[in-house]
Amino acid sequence: MSPIPAPPVVLGPLLPSLIVVGTAIVVLLLDLLPPRASKAHLGTVALAGLVGALLATLRTWGSGGRAFHDMIVLDDYALFFHIVICYAAALIVLLSMDYLRRAGAESGEGYGLILFSTAGMMVLASANDLIVVFLAIELMSLSLYVLAGLFKRRREAGEASMKYFLLGVFASAFLLYGIALVYGATGTTNFDRIVVAVGAGPRDRLFLIGLGMLMVGFGFKISSVPFHMWAPDVYQGAPTSVTALIATGSKAAVFAALIRLLVAGLRTIQPDSTALLWALAALTMTVGNVVAIAQSNLKRMLAYSSIAHVGYMLVGLVAGGAPGAGAVLFYLLAYTFTTVGTFGVIALCERAGQEAVEVRDYAGLGRRHPLLALTLGLFLLSLIGIPPLAGFVGKFYLFGSAVRAGYVWLAVIAVLNSAVAAYYYLRVIVYMYMQEPEAASASLAPSFAGGLALAIALIGIVLLGVMPAPFADLAQAAVAPLIR
Amino acid sequence: MALAAFLLIAAVALVSALGLILKRNAVHGALFLVVNLGSIAALYLMLGAEFLAAAQVIIYAGAIMVLFVFAIMVLIPGKEETGPDPRRSYRLLAAPLGALLLFELAVALAARRGAPGAATAPAGSVEAIGRLLFTDFLFPFELTSVLLLAAMVGVLLLARRRA
Amino acid sequence: MIPEAYYLALSAVLFTIGVVGVVIRRNPLVIFMSIELALNAANLALVAFGQRHGSPEGQVLVFFVMAVAAAEVAVGLAIIVAIFRLRQRLSVDDLSLMRW
Repeated sequence: MSPIPAPPVVLGPLLPSLIVVGTAIVVLLLDLLPPRASKAHLGTVALAGLVGALLATLRTWGSGGRAFHDMIVLDDYALFFHIVICYAAALIVLLSMDYLRRAGAESGEGYGLILFSTAGMMVLASANDLIVVFLAIELMSLSLYVLAGLFKRRREAGEASMKYFLLGVFASAFLLYGIALVYGATGTTNFDRIVVAVGAGPRDRLFLIGLGMLMVGFGFKISSVPFHMWAPDVYQGAPTSVTALIATGSKAAVFAALIRLLVAGLRTIQPDSTALLWALAALTMTVGNVVAIAQSNLKRMLAYSSIAHVGYMLVGLVAGGAPGAGAVLFYLLAYTFTTVGTFGVIALCERAGQEAVEVRDYAGLGRRHPLLALTLGLFLLSLIGIPPLAGFVGKFYLFGSAVRAGYVWLAVIAVLNSAVAAYYYLRVIVYMYMQEPEAASASLAPSFAGGLALAIALIGIVLLGVMPAPFADLAQAAVAPLIR
Repeated sequence: MALAAFLLIAAVALVSALGLILKRNAVHGALFLVVNLGSIAALYLMLGAEFLAAAQVIIYAGAIMVLFVFAIMVLIPGKEETGPDPRRSYRLLAAPLGALLLFELAVALAARRGAPGAATAPAGSVEAIGRLLFTDFLFPFELTSVLLLAAMVGVLLLARRRA
Repeated sequence: MIPEAYYLALSAVLFTIGVVGVVIRRNPLVIFMSIELALNAANLALVAFGQRHGSPEGQVLVFFVMAVAAAEVAVGLAIIVAIFRLRQRLSVDDLSLMRW
């Protein structure tokens, strides 16, 4: 038996994710050392790790590479998603430092799992092989399943955790069968070689159905209709800061893999996939918005609204090509800031034993706490897409790319949907400013960490809205390596 | 001869799979699943994948199913699926859904029946697998270790009493 | 030598049975076992396809899936046990605190 030659190990392209995994391990080890009563320092360490990963990402910009037999590609595209994911995770750690502490659920394991799932998202964004996609999705999801049930005493938390788990693993089974069929059709799981194999031969039903099953798996993870049933329950039952992570980071990461596969890899089968994506996009945004109107629970309402936002992003995928993909990337950036901020305000308004998650709990917030109400109002306006906030510019790019690609009807449906969405977002604002509070409630004084998270998110949406050009250019530069 | 063996094992696999989803008792279901996993291990052997056959028995039948049976024993006594099914009509959708899925898979798999099938040398030797694991697949291998660590941390968090 | 098509057909049927099991059963443990069945069907397909392509790659993929399945089972059973230690009946339909 001949010895196995050591493969070249190039860690450079992995540096950002390695920093995050390393930090997770450090946090777990520090958890065992005194001071054991206070966990405050662990959050700080986790935050430092994420900021470090962010800096490493920015340093690598433009000079990425491939590693491990082309299993990992750290191009600008992956780096863009690293930035989105690290920002989201850092804001969520900041929120958790405030929110989990008040709930008495702060723990080293909790921060460790946030970091592990972040690492999974980052690897997913740079995955160039289906098996890496599978493993990264599992790393991300397994951590999130547990985090969703962090508040063990609440019944909803256990339910959320279990529903998320069962449906998530079910989706993984579809994903895996899709991988098996694609492997059977092409003889490889590597994106580059799949493209070569598909481009060479005639259209293969085995491959198309494999791709369809992959889409089912991805559809579950981004909660597109008809695979969205888990989202409202999980968003409602999970701790609010974890909900923010599920709604932003995990969606961004799965979109990263989806866009890499569809836009970069499979332009050859575009006609087949576009019709399907068209229907998915229209259905997803309409169902999300229409059901959101009927919700009285704010977290559930935001769950349906985030389903609708996934629909908008699918519009960009239908448009396809560099403009469409670039618009999706920009929208993801805007959506991440806005959504983290919105859930952040909700997290701050929740007090032990008194959850402020019904829309009527926000009655009179404008008088009780003008600053917090103003912040929430701005985030909601950005979700509606009112200029000059980030959401407006994001929608402008997305729908514009659809019109330019000739999908005028889809753009019309999307705009109509945005108008419907304005109704339920504005209702919250009306409650905040025009209704009297039902009962006197405790004053809300956000801690430094929570306030900082909101401030960063707020600056983000204003900056993206007022001067979007540099960020849009960044997004376009990021998709450039995909369209070689 | 080989065909007869295949048909026998396939029949065992199918019957045990049906037993899992049709029997009411979860313990019986778990035992059916063990049989199913064992029959798949036998199929791996027939496909020349000795390493996987061993791993299947050790990991699935040995570790995973023991966990399942343990969990059932902790939770079940007296907790059966009884009473009227509150969502019966919804569940009846399962039949057309399953038929559709099966049809789709049949279409996919039939597409290549005449294709190569040139069963080259049995490529499943332990040496070949080990070589691949530590060269081309080194990254997924390392990623798996992180995955297992994360799972372990998660279970610790869930199992702790307080909070 | 059995043609791979036979293995693939068996795998398709097993996968379908697993999916149907997830839909028709109410006990979360049985649902989870049905998912394991579906995962195994996918594994069988991977090995058969690997045979078709004459490469051990399919088997390596199955090896990873087994590791993932072990991690999933550990986490999943911990979640299920944590919930149902406190409850009387074991059915996903009892989880109706939150409507669909």
